[in-house]
Amino acid sequence: MKARLDEQTMALRVAREFQDGMVINLGFGIPTLASNFIPEGREVIFQSENGCLGIGPMATSEQEMDFNLVNATGQFATRRLGMSFFDHAESFSMIRGKHIDLCVLGGLQVSEKGDLANFLIPGREPGNIGGGMDLAFGAARLIIVMTHTTKDDKPKVLKRCTYPLTAPGCVDLIVTDIAVIEVTPDGLLLKETAPDWTVKEIQALTEPKLKVAADLKQISL
Amino acid sequence: MSINKILDSFDEAVADIFDGAVILVGGFGPADGTPSFLIRALVKQGAKNLTIVANTPGQGRQESPTPGPPRPAIRTPPNYDNAGLLIQNDQVTKVICAFPGTPPPGMRAPLHDRFLAGKLEVELVPQGTMAERIRAAKAGIPAFYTPTGPGTIIEQGKEMRVFDGIPCLLEYALKADFALIRAYKADRWGNLVYRGTSRNFNGAMAGAAKVTIAEVDQIVPLGDLDPEAIATPAIYVHRVVLRPKQ
Repeated sequence: MKARLDEQTMALRVAREFQDGMVINLGFGIPTLASNFIPEGREVIFQSENGCLGIGPMATSEQEMDFNLVNATGQFATRRLGMSFFDHAESFSMIRGKHIDLCVLGGLQVSEKGDLANFLIPGREPGNIGGGMDLAFGAARLIIVMTHTTKDDKPKVLKRCTYPLTAPGCVDLIVTDIAVIEVTPDGLLLKETAPDWTVKEIQALTEPKLKVAADLKQISL
Repeated sequence: MSINKILDSFDEAVADIFDGAVILVGGFGPADGTPSFLIRALVKQGAKNLTIVANTPGQGRQESPTPGPPRPAIRTPPNYDNAGLLIQNDQVTKVICAFPGTPPPGMRAPLHDRFLAGKLEVELVPQGTMAERIRAAKAGIPAFYTPTGPGTIIEQGKEMRVFDGIPCLLEYALKADFALIRAYKADRWGNLVYRGTSRNFNGAMAGAAKVTIAEVDQIVPLGDLDPEAIATPAIYVHRVVLRPKQ
């Protein structure tokens, strides 16, 4: 078995997409990890849909843990200069109103058209939509970070999603543990590969045909 | 002193909640901001056939999990109970929520158990649509179009219309009889301030039901709350009850 990127490395790669001045919403799991890796010299603002703009880093000590300061995953966060609090109606005005520059979510499946499925595996109803659907429809740019395949090595990047959609045509970039793929009007464009992975090997684990970027690179951090 | 919304007990505050009522419950998962004492009082009061509207209804009280390796306890604030307790007590026939949760392996989940047994209706709503349906009810807007949901299961049975090239769904105001919310400080008029992310759905739900009942940590004299900082003006709040000191 070839080595795949671990979660920290995927989070590091995602964080390279954080541009100076962006307002960013991070979903559960690896996306939230990316908040630890803001590129040096850039200032970004994290929005947490449970009612905080400018939420600080995750709490690291018992003393810092405050039940009145948690992120959307329910993890303890910390204060940061400039932060503000508001209620849920205000929070989703920010999201639906296209004020969020970038959102990073996890995914179960992504299609070649950029459709996203990430809230329900059939048979496990009723599923958890949470704020993911509003974010998928509302964010100016959406990155999905996920393992490239399921636990039994089935592709998660598909011609068509088989699970219920979170939103159609919403994904801009897919970061996986073996590749970085851009969703374009002409289909999926393979832009970066994990170390030691060939285009052919990545294609074998991806259902739709990948176009290969002229400047294909190895993922670097 | 003629206006005084402060009541002496949680029991008194929920006494008139009737069978079949639609109830908004504030909070966001196991973080703070859940009106736990009001929920307990409603369990004691026993109203049935309730519709509960809550982002994260919660898993009730976990008792006797099945044997297995020890699991990390979910951290909850002091004196915490969630709306799952009402489901567990079979007082609820419908839940409107965004995040029913996923029960930890081996743990009981009152919502999921009753949903799978066909005893509980669950209406899954995107979190932002839920917040806006609540805000609309508060603001006297009967319905609105939202870009969230077209092309997904959420569109089923809903009117769709295109604005500026973007398909939108017609969503209706979520009208409720009671709102149970949690705030930090209140005065006798019912002005409220919250703490941090505990404002969440509490601030949105205040005033969105016919009767809004606030469970608070502190009651302060009129004039103590900075008018510039009051998050929920008194007009939206009908009853205030003080939480016991922890």
